Amino acid sequence: MKSQLLALPHLSLRFIPIWRRHFLVWKTMAVTSILGHLADPIIYMLGLGYGLGSMLPQMGGTSYLVFLAAGTICYSTMNSATFEALYSGFARMHEQRTWEAILNTPITLDDIVVSEILWAASKSLLSGLAVLVVIWMLGLSSSILSLWLIPLSLLVGLCFAALGLIMTALAPSYYFFMYYFTLVITPMMLLSGVFFPVEQLPPMLQIVAAILPLSHAIDLARPLLNGLLPSAMLLHISVLAAYTVFGFYTSLVLFRRRLSQ
Amino acid sequence: MTVVISVQNLHKSYAGHKSYAGQSYAGHKVINDISLSINKGECYGLLGPNGAGKTTTLRLLLGLIEPASGTINLLGHPIPQQASTARLRVGVVPQMDNLDPDFTVAENLLVYGRYFGMTDAQITSRLPMLLEFANLASKRDAKIPTLSGGMKRRLTLARALVNDPEVIFLDEPTTGLDPQARHLIWQRLRELTAQGKTLLLTTHFMDEAERLCHRLAILDQGRMIAQDSPRTLIQQHIEAQVVEVFGEHVTAWAAENAATFAPRFEVSGETVFCYVTEAQPLLTHLQEHGELRYLHRPANLEDVFLKLTGREMRE
Repeated sequence: MKSQLLALPHLSLRFIPIWRRHFLVWKTMAVTSILGHLADPIIYMLGLGYGLGSMLPQMGGTSYLVFLAAGTICYSTMNSATFEALYSGFARMHEQRTWEAILNTPITLDDIVVSEILWAASKSLLSGLAVLVVIWMLGLSSSILSLWLIPLSLLVGLCFAALGLIMTALAPSYYFFMYYFTLVITPMMLLSGVFFPVEQLPPMLQIVAAILPLSHAIDLARPLLNGLLPSAMLLHISVLAAYTVFGFYTSLVLFRRRLSQ
Repeated sequence: MTVVISVQNLHKSYAGHKSYAGQSYAGHKVINDISLSINKGECYGLLGPNGAGKTTTLRLLLGLIEPASGTINLLGHPIPQQASTARLRVGVVPQMDNLDPDFTVAENLLVYGRYFGMTDAQITSRLPMLLEFANLASKRDAKIPTLSGGMKRRLTLARALVNDPEVIFLDEPTTGLDPQARHLIWQRLRELTAQGKTLLLTTHFMDEAERLCHRLAILDQGRMIAQDSPRTLIQQHIEAQVVEVFGEHVTAWAAENAATFAPRFEVSGETVFCYVTEAQPLLTHLQEHGELRYLHRPANLEDVFLKLTGREMRE
């Protein structure tokens, strides 16, 4: 029994019809969803960017608004994937019993977990794209390298979807997710260099920041928006990929355990 | 005859820490040495009180949980090793509705068909037939929350048929439905067996089992305690006639007289169930005692069920 719980994931293309199901649900409220993806970053960037930016003319060698833009795109994609994996994932698993219906077909739990991660990452991609459009429209980046933020949004989405699903697999109810937001997501946002450079933190916290996935995402996004190639690019990508694999496998084992009872 | 489902010496126990409805189930045997064999075209029933292991048996057969020991073969595939392949040819009506509330009736069928790898064209060509079967042709574009309980159940049945399965599992298909809705479901299930489909259904409605099932098994606390056709079970386990006596002072009457007329009787609340092969002497006696009311009827499956599983509540 133990060995089956820990078995390596069995991957197939059967996740596609589930992804299409989620897309069909999303389509019915696409307009609201896209407006949300656009409004949130605009409000943050204009509010904080112009407000704080007027007092802080320079940060990290650019205007504060440009500095904030890179952070905003990363935390928006993180939030999109996290919300989808936690709240919507839990609704599909627990409340609506969508997973139960799907598991009675040839589709397996492994396929479902893959589909949840890919779907949440798809929403991150959309969210990242929305912020990028705002960045371009505000003239905050004109480099061709900024296009690399599109695949980066997908990678950040995969990473935080996979990590978020660990919480979904453990959650007794929606209230449980508050712990994750308070203890993980909010500190991550404050420590990873979204609003100010990590170098401003005391050395101890800089070490913590160095292991957080969001820092690595921002270390990739900020130079790319400014038209520069990031240093240690491979390291940052590997860290994000490693978190994705860790989250996928851990959540899969936990879901197997949860649903076998 | 072709055997489509065969199960040998199935065992399953919940080992752990998980508690259900306040009770601890540590090491509790949920399935205890169940063997059965179901033929093509048969309607086979699993009967038992709550917690008897009916739903667990279905989940084991579908390969959704692993048995502790025993072998399962579904449509020629060993389970759980080839469960996904076997499920291609199986339809499932679950106990609780899990239709997609965001979709219309037709979209529910379309989305579900895709899970079986069907193309949209294949599904669309089956849609009119499925909607007709479920009496939902006029509700094609209705959203799920607007449907009645009976309509949802019929749609769930139609959804289970989207892949034209050979075997259909039904977990309490008529629980919570009004009599009209139940009769319509029963009629549809008989049509399916007439088409040669194999049905495996769980229920705790005895009339449902008696009407629909060719053969059935009675489960109690994970064990199979009887298995046969409804008629044979009644003949084997119970006297042919039942006289239910009720009214004031019925317990006092039973203590004094019941044994004289009925070789076996049971007192349950304010009713005395007298099981007799020849009812006339008892009926004559009761007619002379006008203060007692009674009901004379042939023995049915419920009498067998209560004899085998007892009358006390299972909670």
